[in-house]
Amino acid sequence: MILPALPILIPLLTIIFLLFNFQRREWQPWIGLTGAMLQLVVSVLLALRVKSQGILVLNTGNWEAPFGITLVVDAFSSIMLVLAGIIAVSVSIYSIDAIDRQRQSFFYFPMVHGLLMGVNGAFVTGDIFNLYVWFEVMLTASFVLITLGGEKKQLNGAIKYVSINLVSSLFFLAGIGLLYGKTGTLNMADLALKLSLADNNVLMNTSAVLFFVAFSIKAAVFPFFFWLPASYHTPPVAITALFAGLLTKVGVYAMIRFYTLFFVQDKLFWHPLFLWIGGFTMVIGVLTAASQYDIRKILSFHIISQIGYMIMGLGIFTVAGIAGAIFYMAHNIIAKTNTFLVAGLINRVTGSYDLKKIGGLYKIRPWLSILFIIPAFGLAGIPPLSGFFGKLILISAGFNAGEYVISFIALAVGLFTLFSMVKIWNEAFWKPRPEGLSPYEGENENLPVSMVIPVVILGLITLTMGLAVKPILEIAMNAAGQLLDPKIYIQAVMGS
Amino acid sequence: MEVLLAIVIGLLYAAGVYLLLRRSIVKLILGIMFFSHATNLLIFVAGGLHKGQPQFASDGLTAVSANPTDPLPQALILTAIVIGFGITAFFLALMYRFYQATGTEDLDELKEGENK
Repeated sequence: MILPALPILIPLLTIIFLLFNFQRREWQPWIGLTGAMLQLVVSVLLALRVKSQGILVLNTGNWEAPFGITLVVDAFSSIMLVLAGIIAVSVSIYSIDAIDRQRQSFFYFPMVHGLLMGVNGAFVTGDIFNLYVWFEVMLTASFVLITLGGEKKQLNGAIKYVSINLVSSLFFLAGIGLLYGKTGTLNMADLALKLSLADNNVLMNTSAVLFFVAFSIKAAVFPFFFWLPASYHTPPVAITALFAGLLTKVGVYAMIRFYTLFFVQDKLFWHPLFLWIGGFTMVIGVLTAASQYDIRKILSFHIISQIGYMIMGLGIFTVAGIAGAIFYMAHNIIAKTNTFLVAGLINRVTGSYDLKKIGGLYKIRPWLSILFIIPAFGLAGIPPLSGFFGKLILISAGFNAGEYVISFIALAVGLFTLFSMVKIWNEAFWKPRPEGLSPYEGENENLPVSMVIPVVILGLITLTMGLAVKPILEIAMNAAGQLLDPKIYIQAVMGS
Repeated sequence: MEVLLAIVIGLLYAAGVYLLLRRSIVKLILGIMFFSHATNLLIFVAGGLHKGQPQFASDGLTAVSANPTDPLPQALILTAIVIGFGITAFFLALMYRFYQATGTEDLDELKEGENK
């Protein structure tokens, strides 16, 4: 059963093919796109297999479970893999025209697939040290992507991005070292087993805090989010869209995995902390977004704000709460990437991301405004789009669990999100064009089809997720049920 | 031995944090290097230090000594060192490009107007 390893192997093979053909620039996008599509197909197959057969386990090199590196795909991982596949395909299509030739011939596509390999690896691995390695693969690829092109502002953002992420990796590594010293194992299932049997679990909190800080930095959670708005607006928008969709969510994924599988003994300490952190992340992200005028900066601050909802779901810690977090994550990955892609389209037409310099887009590009409305109002939580149901599930889970404060905060933050989205709408599309500006660069050009297709696809997914909530919620519920019952995971990996 | 190493690790972390908080990028990179060495040593100590103990029992011997040395932390550290080496090389190259593009290696001098 090699299936669980395929999400890692396919990007690897794609990279090899891309590097063999790196002098044929015109082939690069197509090889990259083929690889991304294969990856999507494999993740859907994996998800179907997981649905019918339960958790899939692959012991690499045939080393038995606690000793070798185990690859595990459970319902939660398979959902994340499918989402990563969707983002991979959309960004690959978008990049055909959105990324300039120079970047394309300087290893843009190999790096995108390197990043995808790291992301997929983090989703399928069942070993904490291996998770660290995948984080590094992902980060190294993202370092190159964020600096690719070497513009001044890019380098400036990259220094902050690189240094803070390296520090977080070292925290993660220190946590692994201490945990290994105490338990003598690196396998997640074995750790869960040993920690559930150990009697002195307070000692585990030293590692747990290190992991918490490390993942919080990756996920851009309050108070560790400052690197994100300092760097995300600097690279070309296709790269930002890829980062916004996947990178922070890998941090959230790792956090949910760790704090449902094995750091579950000290609930009284962790769950209120998650709720507090989630609340602060939401509020601060959304308030700082309100003061920005660069579209990409507004959207970057919203990434932070929405991470708060996922952390809130983890803090509620009921099946409905975790399912809400998973649903919200799925919605957010799609809608967030989409808003960035639309921002790229706006830039293509007007030549600017600054809201003060653009306006009147509704008049010249009515279709573009519809493409913007779907993900933007989806993020704000207008029914019948996916964000509404994501928030509904989370907030009702909060009320059912008796967490009233955080639920009210989540409601209020929804309003502020709407405010920011309406601000972009008003400024870019609705208000008349600012006077005294020369005509837009791309006013009379047609938008390239390859840049519109992914936006349409992602918009349709946002719509479908809103219209077909029930089946998708069932999948999320199933995944949450599996997460909250670690015995299933342990049994699948360790055998009886 | 553990106590001595613990002190060394603490000093390395302290020096790393101090350097990380400086404005110069060169010192930032040095700080990250100190950080990574401290972390490597931490894994080394956390894995347990047993002087002169075998790692594996050979075929003929059934009884392993009371405190066998665990080889895994070394393997982890080796991996971490290799990753750290690659990342440091990348970061140094990045710093050089930054210096070429901006003519400074002080992050604060770039704040106004250049961040757009």
